Amino acid sequence: MEELRKTCLHDRHVSLGAQMSPFGGFDMPIQYSGIVEEHNAVRNACGVFDVSHMGEVTVTGSEAEKFVNYIFSNDVVPLHDGGILYGMMLNHEGGVVDDLLVYKRGENSFLLVINASNIAKDVAWIEEQAKAFDVNVENISDTTGEIAVQGPEAEAALENILGIPCKELTFYTFKELDYEGTPMIVSRTGYTGEDGFEIYATHETTRKLWDKLIESGKVVPCGLGCRDTLRFEVGLPLYGDELADDITPVEACLSMFVKLDKPEFIGRDVIARQKAEGAPRKLVGLELMDRAIPRHGYEVLNADDEVIGYVTTGYRGISVDKSIAAALIETKYAVKDNELKIRIRRKTFPAKVVAKKFYKKSYKK
Amino acid sequence: MSKTYYSPTHEYVTVDGNIGYIGISDYAQHALGNVVYVDMPEQGDDLEAGEEFGAVESVKAASDLFAPVSGAVIESNEQLIDNPRLINEDAMANWIVKIELTDPSELDNLMDEEAYRAHCEAEKH
Repeated sequence: MEELRKTCLHDRHVSLGAQMSPFGGFDMPIQYSGIVEEHNAVRNACGVFDVSHMGEVTVTGSEAEKFVNYIFSNDVVPLHDGGILYGMMLNHEGGVVDDLLVYKRGENSFLLVINASNIAKDVAWIEEQAKAFDVNVENISDTTGEIAVQGPEAEAALENILGIPCKELTFYTFKELDYEGTPMIVSRTGYTGEDGFEIYATHETTRKLWDKLIESGKVVPCGLGCRDTLRFEVGLPLYGDELADDITPVEACLSMFVKLDKPEFIGRDVIARQKAEGAPRKLVGLELMDRAIPRHGYEVLNADDEVIGYVTTGYRGISVDKSIAAALIETKYAVKDNELKIRIRRKTFPAKVVAKKFYKKSYKK
Repeated sequence: MSKTYYSPTHEYVTVDGNIGYIGISDYAQHALGNVVYVDMPEQGDDLEAGEEFGAVESVKAASDLFAPVSGAVIESNEQLIDNPRLINEDAMANWIVKIELTDPSELDNLMDEEAYRAHCEAEKH
C-alpha cells in the first residue's frame, strides 16, 4: 500500500485534535468537535475546510480551449475570463473519469480542479488526450493548497482577512490576486449547498490564511465527515459514490452538465443515445420511515424482494431529521413515491422514492 | 454485587447474578462520535457469544455489536430508540440489552476493568 500523503495543513489538524483518517490517498481530518456540530456551523454560520488534497491541473497553449472542450462535458466557449463551470470528463463508454470545475483564467488558459482520489488517473487521461493538441498540461497539485470557507457568514469572515470586497464575486466566478506577494485564486464556489468560497494558494500562504481564519474565532474548523453530510443533503454527487467510470451522467441525473450541441467531445455518442432512449439505471433519493440508516453498498429491493440497485450514500440526515439515501436503481423503479425496500443487516425496511435534494441549497447568486 | 466485564470488541456486560446488561464502553462511544441510531434485538432473541446482535451507528458509520456472552434477551433499552445520544452521555449507564446468561463460565473469556484499560491503550498506539 502506498504511504498516506499529508496536506500542508496536516500539523494544524493534529494540534487541533482532529480525528484523522485516510481519504483519497491523504491523511485527512474527519472531524474536530464532531460531525453534527461542524455540519450545523456551516448551515448556520461559517466553517473552514482543508481541501488541499484536491488536484489542480493547468491547461494552456494555442488549442487549450478546443482541447478542454473536447475532454469536458460542459461547454467552455461561452465562458468569460473569471468564470467557472462544473462538468465531467467522460470516457469513450460515457462513464465518468472524474467530475471537476473548470476555471477560465484567460484566452486559452484554464485551471481544472479534480478529485484527490483521481489525480493520477486524471492526469494520465488528460495527457493521453492532449497528444493530438497544441497544449501544455501541468499538474500543480503538489504545490497548491486549498481552503474552503463555507456558510452564510463566509463572506464577512473572509473579507476581514483578505481585505478584498468578496461581495463583488458572484456565484461561480473567481478573482486572481496577489496576497502578500504570492498568487491566490478566490472563487465563490463550494460543496456544501451553502454560500462560500474556495481559495487556492501556495502552501505557505495556505497555512497563513488558515491560521488567520482560526485565530479570528469566526470560523469553525470542519472535517471531511460533515463535508459529506452537507453535500449529500443537497444532492451533490461524490466521485466513488454517485459517480464512477461505469456510471454515466444520464444515470447520475447530471445530463444538464453535458452539452450535446457543442462540437465533438469524448463520450458524446453514448450520452446522446441515453438522453434519447433512456439509461438502464437512475440515481434517486430514498426516504425511510424507520430510523435505521442506509449505507453505501446496501441493496435496494422491489416488492418481490429482487435486488434492483444499491445505495450510493446514506445517512441519518442532520439538517433533515430522517434516514435518507441516494441509490442507483433500475430506471423502471425510479418513479416518485414508489415503495421500495432497503436491506439493512438482517432486515429490510420500506423506503419511498423521493427527490434526491433533501435540503434546499442557499447560494448567493 | 455486580461486576463488569469487557470484550476486545468494546462491548461490556455488567453481571448481577445470572442477569447481564450489555452495552458499549465509554472508549467505544468516544471513538464513534455522535450516536444517531441503535439497532437492537427484540425480547426473546437469543444472543450467541461472539456473534453479531445489532449495531450502534454514528453519523459516519455503522459499528456492529458482538455479544460478549450468550443469553436470552429479556429487554432492550427502549429509551435509545428516540434518544440514541444517551450512549454518548453515559455509555455505562445506558445499556443496550438486558439478558439472562445461559453460560456464566463464558465470563472467564472476558477482561476486567484493568485488563480492558490496557487493551484500549494498546489499540491507541
